[in-house]
Amino acid sequence: MRGFLLAVATLWQREIVRFYRQPSRVVGALAPPVLFWLLIGTGLGASFHAPGAAAAGAPLPAPGSSYLAYFFPGVVILILLFTAIFSEISIIEDRAEGFLQGVLVAPVPRGAIVLGKVLGGTTLALLQSALFLLLAPAAGLPIPAPGALAELGLVLFLLAFALTALAAAIAWSLRSTQGFHAIMNLFLIPLWLLAGTLFPVAGAPAWLAGVMRVNPLTYGVAALRRSLAPATAAGLPGPGLSLGVTLACAALAFAAAAAVASRRPTR
Amino acid sequence: MPRPQALPARPVAPASFAALSPPPAPVLETAVHIEALRHRFGEREALAGLSLDVTAGELLVLLGPNGSGKTTLFRILSTALLPASGSVRIFGEDALRHPARARRALGVVFQAPSLDRKLTAVENLRHQGRLYGLAGRELEARIAAALERLGLAERAAERIEHLSGGLARRVELAKGLLHRPRLLLLDEPTTGLDPTARREFWDLLDSVRAESRTTVVLTTHLMDEAERGDRIAVLDAGRLVALGAPAALKAEIGGDVISVHAEDPERLAAAVTARFGHAARVVDGAVRIELVAGHELVPRLVEAFPSAIRDLTLGKPTLDDVFVRRTGHHFSHGGDGRREGAAR
Repeated sequence: MRGFLLAVATLWQREIVRFYRQPSRVVGALAPPVLFWLLIGTGLGASFHAPGAAAAGAPLPAPGSSYLAYFFPGVVILILLFTAIFSEISIIEDRAEGFLQGVLVAPVPRGAIVLGKVLGGTTLALLQSALFLLLAPAAGLPIPAPGALAELGLVLFLLAFALTALAAAIAWSLRSTQGFHAIMNLFLIPLWLLAGTLFPVAGAPAWLAGVMRVNPLTYGVAALRRSLAPATAAGLPGPGLSLGVTLACAALAFAAAAAVASRRPTR
Repeated sequence: MPRPQALPARPVAPASFAALSPPPAPVLETAVHIEALRHRFGEREALAGLSLDVTAGELLVLLGPNGSGKTTLFRILSTALLPASGSVRIFGEDALRHPARARRALGVVFQAPSLDRKLTAVENLRHQGRLYGLAGRELEARIAAALERLGLAERAAERIEHLSGGLARRVELAKGLLHRPRLLLLDEPTTGLDPTARREFWDLLDSVRAESRTTVVLTTHLMDEAERGDRIAVLDAGRLVALGAPAALKAEIGGDVISVHAEDPERLAAAVTARFGHAARVVDGAVRIELVAGHELVPRLVEAFPSAIRDLTLGKPTLDDVFVRRTGHHFSHGGDGRREGAAR
């Protein structure tokens, strides 16, 4: 057990040290989402009607439901996703550069290697999203009470862990970063788009709404909206279901990453 | 009447009784036991049923040209690759079924650098030590000792990306030795090093072995490096073609080797055999004659076939000659196959 924790700790620490020694990564994971938020948020804001407001036929802006506020939790998720991708893509680079094989022949369980790597990515994602959360008042979002803040922390952690573990599972099974970029564009970005981040399930055509309802990230977004921007959470899945699905996804994604990492190479 | 001699404390049973009597304590401990190892990559057979034992404390060199299977064997020994069939025991542990147990005994230095270039030498070693369960004061003391030992103390706080190839290689070695492995595996450790750095690397390895009696298995495609091994295992096309001490391997050729280039090597070889009675054969386009006292034959050869001979070399047997004897072809057609003493 001590060996397991020691391995997790040292791999976690490596992720953090590498991150602050490569300042471009901070900018790379934080700048695009913030830019999207400002451009898309401002541009779409004029023609957007929040689900509640649309049903009532009332024009925007309603307090706390401007598009900048509606889009804000979606951008938080995008920051988590980008940080997860950038941190776990290093698995492929570590493999190509040779660092990984040194770790793989050490007497360390594969689960410890994956956990250290995923917790490292999770920590970075939480730090980056925390920076962005400082802008919440600018989006017109209320400052949460301490209780809600703890809930927000838990939701963010589960989301960050799930997305990082998902990125890790993908990266462990790939040999090129190009392949990872393809999966990012064809799978991860659509996963984010169709989770109620950019537009609500309520207004979508039936087939799209169906896809969004089976997208597990929809439930993570719902949980985040409840704790961060309750005014934008009307009509979303309940808190128990949202948290439960997100927790299950985090566990599943980690199990998948550990399973992929435990395969014995024959090539 | 002579008194019966006292029995040795640990009698070694004759091989035929080994199955009946309890196993005697081995005189030489086996560090690695490899049996009938096979592996293929797609169509290509990388290892074709290789068996080999490594004795504890020895430096065994795996020598072979590119594609001979030595790197595949190395990866299997390091537990990085699962072979198709066969068995590997490392200090008694089944390295294929229970790689986690075997890994405790291993220190591995891969051919590709395994250091994190964004971390300093100390940070890399600390990371390595923790992966092997070391921490705290014990770990820091070992790191300091390793850095001192390998002449890295002054550069310890620099990132690997700022170190020269030779220094980085030394950090790799320090990393492989930090947890005091019983078996050190080195894959082409001097590749990419200049001659000075290569010599330093070998001196370090020699002194490490002198201090700790670590068993070392090292791969190389350089024959002059292979000569530094206690024993050499020569691989070709996934098979073990020769195994023994360098001197013993060369001694089996006996005497000298004459190599002759000619316009028509086949005809010259036949003529030499017919006239002098020495077996002459053509290997990679040159006529080869292995014999005792080659210097006596040289003038007679030149007199007998003055126009047929383009050039002629006389030399002591090299590992390349051993390789030729066992495989029928040279170790390499490039610079690696050159003869020692070719200019005599």
